[in-house]
Amino acid sequence: MLKIFKNFSKKDIFLILTCVFFIVIQVWLDLKMPDYMSQITRLIQTEGSQMSEILKQGFYMLLCAFLSLVSAIIVGYFASLVSANFSLNLRGKIFRKVEKFGMEEIKKFSTSSLITRTTNDVTQIEMLISLGLQMLIKAPIMAIWAVSKILNKSIQWSALTGGCVIILLMTVFILMLIVLPRFTIVQKLIDKINGVTRENLTGIRVVRAFNAEKYQENKFEEINTKLTNNQLFNQKCFAILNPVMNLVMHSLTLGIYFIGAYLIEKANIEGKITLFSDMVVFSSYGMQVIMSFLMLAMIFMMWPRAQVSAKRINEVLDEEEKIKDGEINSSDSKEIGTVEFRNVSFKYPDADEYLLKNISFKANKGETVAFIGSTGSGKSTLINLVPRFYDVTDGEVLVDGVNVKNYTQELLHNKIGYVPQKAIMFTGTVASNVGYGDNGKEKATIEEIKKAIEIAQGTEFVEKMPDKYDSHIARGGTNVSGGQKQRIAIARAIARKPEIYIFDDSFSALDYKTDYTLRKSLKKFTSDATSLIVAQRIGTVINADKIVVLDKGECVGIGTHKELLKNCEIYKEIALSQLSKEELENA
Amino acid sequence: MPRPRGPRGGIPEKSKDFKGSMKRLFSSLKSWHTLILISLILAMSSAILALIAPNKLSDLTDTITLGISPKINEEITKKIMSDESIKLEDKQTFMNLMENAQNMDSDELISKIDGLPNSIYNYIKPSIDMTKVKKIGIVLAIIYIVSAIFNFVQQLLMTTVSNNFAKKLRTNISQKINRLPLKYFDQHETGDVLSRVTNDVDTIAQNMNHSLATLVTSLTLFLGSILMMFITNWIMAITAIVASIIGFGFMGVILKKSQKYFTQRQIELGNLNGYIEEIYSGHNVVKAYNGDKQANKEFDELNSKLYICNKKSQFLSGLMQPIMMFVGNFGYVAVCVVGALLTMNNIISFGVIVAFMIYVRLFTNPLSQIAQAMTSLQSIAAANERVCEFLDEPEMSNQEKCSEYLEKSKVKGKIEFKNVKFGYDNNRTIIKDFSVLANPGQKIAIVGPTGAGKTTIVNLLMKFYDINDGDILIDNVSTKKLTRENIHQLFVMVLQDTWVFDGSVRDNLKFNKENVTDDQIWQVCKTVGIEHFIKTLPGGLDSKLGDSDTVSQGQKQLLTIARGMIEDAPFLILDEATSNVDTRTEELVQKAMDKLTEGKTSFIIAHRLSTIRNADKILVMKDGDIIETGSHDELIAKNGFYADLYNSQFQL
Repeated sequence: MLKIFKNFSKKDIFLILTCVFFIVIQVWLDLKMPDYMSQITRLIQTEGSQMSEILKQGFYMLLCAFLSLVSAIIVGYFASLVSANFSLNLRGKIFRKVEKFGMEEIKKFSTSSLITRTTNDVTQIEMLISLGLQMLIKAPIMAIWAVSKILNKSIQWSALTGGCVIILLMTVFILMLIVLPRFTIVQKLIDKINGVTRENLTGIRVVRAFNAEKYQENKFEEINTKLTNNQLFNQKCFAILNPVMNLVMHSLTLGIYFIGAYLIEKANIEGKITLFSDMVVFSSYGMQVIMSFLMLAMIFMMWPRAQVSAKRINEVLDEEEKIKDGEINSSDSKEIGTVEFRNVSFKYPDADEYLLKNISFKANKGETVAFIGSTGSGKSTLINLVPRFYDVTDGEVLVDGVNVKNYTQELLHNKIGYVPQKAIMFTGTVASNVGYGDNGKEKATIEEIKKAIEIAQGTEFVEKMPDKYDSHIARGGTNVSGGQKQRIAIARAIARKPEIYIFDDSFSALDYKTDYTLRKSLKKFTSDATSLIVAQRIGTVINADKIVVLDKGECVGIGTHKELLKNCEIYKEIALSQLSKEELENA
Repeated sequence: MPRPRGPRGGIPEKSKDFKGSMKRLFSSLKSWHTLILISLILAMSSAILALIAPNKLSDLTDTITLGISPKINEEITKKIMSDESIKLEDKQTFMNLMENAQNMDSDELISKIDGLPNSIYNYIKPSIDMTKVKKIGIVLAIIYIVSAIFNFVQQLLMTTVSNNFAKKLRTNISQKINRLPLKYFDQHETGDVLSRVTNDVDTIAQNMNHSLATLVTSLTLFLGSILMMFITNWIMAITAIVASIIGFGFMGVILKKSQKYFTQRQIELGNLNGYIEEIYSGHNVVKAYNGDKQANKEFDELNSKLYICNKKSQFLSGLMQPIMMFVGNFGYVAVCVVGALLTMNNIISFGVIVAFMIYVRLFTNPLSQIAQAMTSLQSIAAANERVCEFLDEPEMSNQEKCSEYLEKSKVKGKIEFKNVKFGYDNNRTIIKDFSVLANPGQKIAIVGPTGAGKTTIVNLLMKFYDINDGDILIDNVSTKKLTRENIHQLFVMVLQDTWVFDGSVRDNLKFNKENVTDDQIWQVCKTVGIEHFIKTLPGGLDSKLGDSDTVSQGQKQLLTIARGMIEDAPFLILDEATSNVDTRTEELVQKAMDKLTEGKTSFIIAHRLSTIRNADKILVMKDGDIIETGSHDELIAKNGFYADLYNSQFQL
């Protein structure tokens, strides 16, 4: 937790110190007020006091109250600055850190967890700071100051106040002890109830087809009951807090007066009046002491939650990205558009088994290399090594004859046009999605974007959209179909004009016809670019210059379609599962 | 303490019809009316006790005050003078003091009195009526304790009511989900329903727990303190009220202003969160396209917009507390000054001032609490409206007219579509005039481009939707006369989206079917080819399935196929059931399926044409109509749409 506060900037710390200063003033003023109160009390008590004197004291007290208000406003202003500033900077830091992450780190945390860490967790800490900062500084100052003011007045009163504080703190402490673990349970149950509802909704057709409505309802009801019981228990526990708090505070006032009566009775006349005004003052200071301890208790209630958030954020910030930039930042090699794998093996860092074993091949300029194999054979993993989404465990990946680790990532990515399996859309327009990113050259012009969409076979549907190329793309691309998204994603790669194209199973969302025409026009446009294609359909790979057949992470065959049909059993099996013998021969 | 929920001071949503919503809420709380009533009475009693207390406290103060000033009057003086035991010398000192009293200030006088010989001092020494102090003390203690107990019991009751009510609402929503037509889910997002189950119900429960009792307590305190103040002293009462109202006017202005920033803040937070989600989930594209600079720029822009709103809303909401304090102090001073004036003129006693010091607080606190309670009521109303809106959605057609019943084991397997017409909404017909006959044991394949209506046919067959015109017959019985449950019993359905729920592999395979032995499960797993995969999982059949990445899409699809096989029924529907499996595995599954479907009438939808080459009948659909029918060979020979579709697979 304290570590997260290291993210305060110098300016923040200066602001916090200013806050401390004004809080001290505020506490001083707040504690000054009872003095005036006792003055006023005394004046009213003593016969023959001048009204002007009372007004004077009243004015002073009001002045104190007003100045206290002013300093509270100043503190509030600075505190809001600090907390807003803090969350601004922290969010920025996390965002930039995540930007630098490779796939490995992303996978480790999972995307959804990273999102909550950047949003909710930061808000959580922001709340602690905005509420807690003032309380955290004010409460101890207030408590110590108030205690020192009343300590020498009477041992009996002090003991009473101390007793009340202890009772309150014990109550809060015991409650937290009982209830906190249950909060975690409640949180989990809420997630579960969400989960069951979600599964019922997403699988609604299956649930109905299996007549499983009752089954799902029972499952829901079980968690619902558990949740309700836990919530009831927690809230019933907390129901005790308010009455106890009130009771303690009232008892304190009552006790002070009661003890006061005895003390006054014993004192001589001169002492009586002093004791009486002391009593009135003490009851208000005593309240201040209790209040400040309550404030501290509140912070301790907020603390554990914020602590969890802080820990989660620190985990992200402390994660060292494994993929580091190389040094080559300008392209001057003789080789252009080549990709070579030399004895490449890959496994996830904490996995035992290799996902890719000893893969070697070379794609020359202008060639198309296709990768085929069953689900889980490692095709996607293999091409993810080229843009360094992962780094190889053994061996080397070379682009333009240079190990990819030696390039800066920016330069490496400028050479590559990558289209993922699942098309990613950004909120914006069709044109902004196609012209996305930075390729180290000039931004794509609208003509280039139109051309790219044309090659990707998207002209027809884009022209039909309300604002054509400026049509809005909703968050997550929900207003375009899967096939349309995929074509926009492909156009995005084309508009980039890269040396090397990487298609990670990008054509499977398209129907056969579109797939075919797209690849044909792409080939024409990009005749001198190299393409790496992962595919499921034989039809997609049939025409490639080289086909790499993968099985369980191993390369079991490299060659053209015809060669492989003859000498690669697995390739033959794949082909035959899709086409009949005659069709294969005709192709 | 409620579970911390969102940023503080979240904006209350406005309900469309506050009164109606509250009325409805109240009537749905019917079975808890007594409990609520008791709880409210307790809250009120507790508040009334809190109001009596200051009066008693003022009595206590008065009693103590009475015992402070020295009792010097003619009567005492006479007594002193006539007391034989007091020395003449001492009497003389006392008389001298009395004569000079006018010329001394009070402090001097008091110290002189303290210096008097004991014999006289004992006469004039003031003393507190300790029995009265004790009596008042005990009464006060009882009041405080009883008030605390009332308060506690009241909170217990309200908690019980609100949580049980929340439970009932959740149950109702969960059951409602299963009674709604599928059409509803086509038009509404999952997240929408989810947020009603959790967020809205939670809002209702949490706010109800506090706001109702708070409202009653605060109103009682507010009105009561006004009443008590006027009873005690009307001049002081007016002073206290005027002083507080000035402060509250000020607060109202700020409240209004900050509301705007809270709304703005919520919007900006939403925007930023959306952007973060977008960039994180598109991480590899952002990276591969060097989009990070652009992303940083856009992020910073959104982030600083949020920063500004954050700053302002936090500052303004932070003002409330200090202003409340100031209003309290202002009232205090006003009461003291006016009180002092009145005391000096002997209109009121000092105890009245003490009582008023407390009344001022009792009066100012409830005002802000009433405001808070009203905003919570607003959010209750808004949340309740959304929950009710969902619960009021029209349900599926009732099935009273379904008189026929088909026994699962006796079904022969004939299905006939007769001039079926259907559209998801009334003005757009998707299926125009669909007629087809499937004889027992036939394998019917449906192909065609996306949007042709393939899945719709399945939806109609399963009676997920009611057809607009025409009829569907199973074994010559119209499905209109069969209950949905009966129809579902007859079909095994495997879908494209792999639906796997949080639970063990066994639970997922068995699903709601009872009396399934592990042997049967393993048998099916072997057939589908996932036996090895399940054995490699850490707990075998007991290992948990969920959102985890350990199980691939393809494997999930095989699991759902296995689930369908365990279900076992006379008809089989495969809606793109193998689209996530690679073609070699698919072939294996196909073989297993063929064995299983032997003698069963099956409908298969596929976009991979290789899957359906051996179907008895292929229906080629386009725009809701069948444009070609026949076996694979017949259709290829025809050289029409199907042949075109088929050949595009191997075009070079």
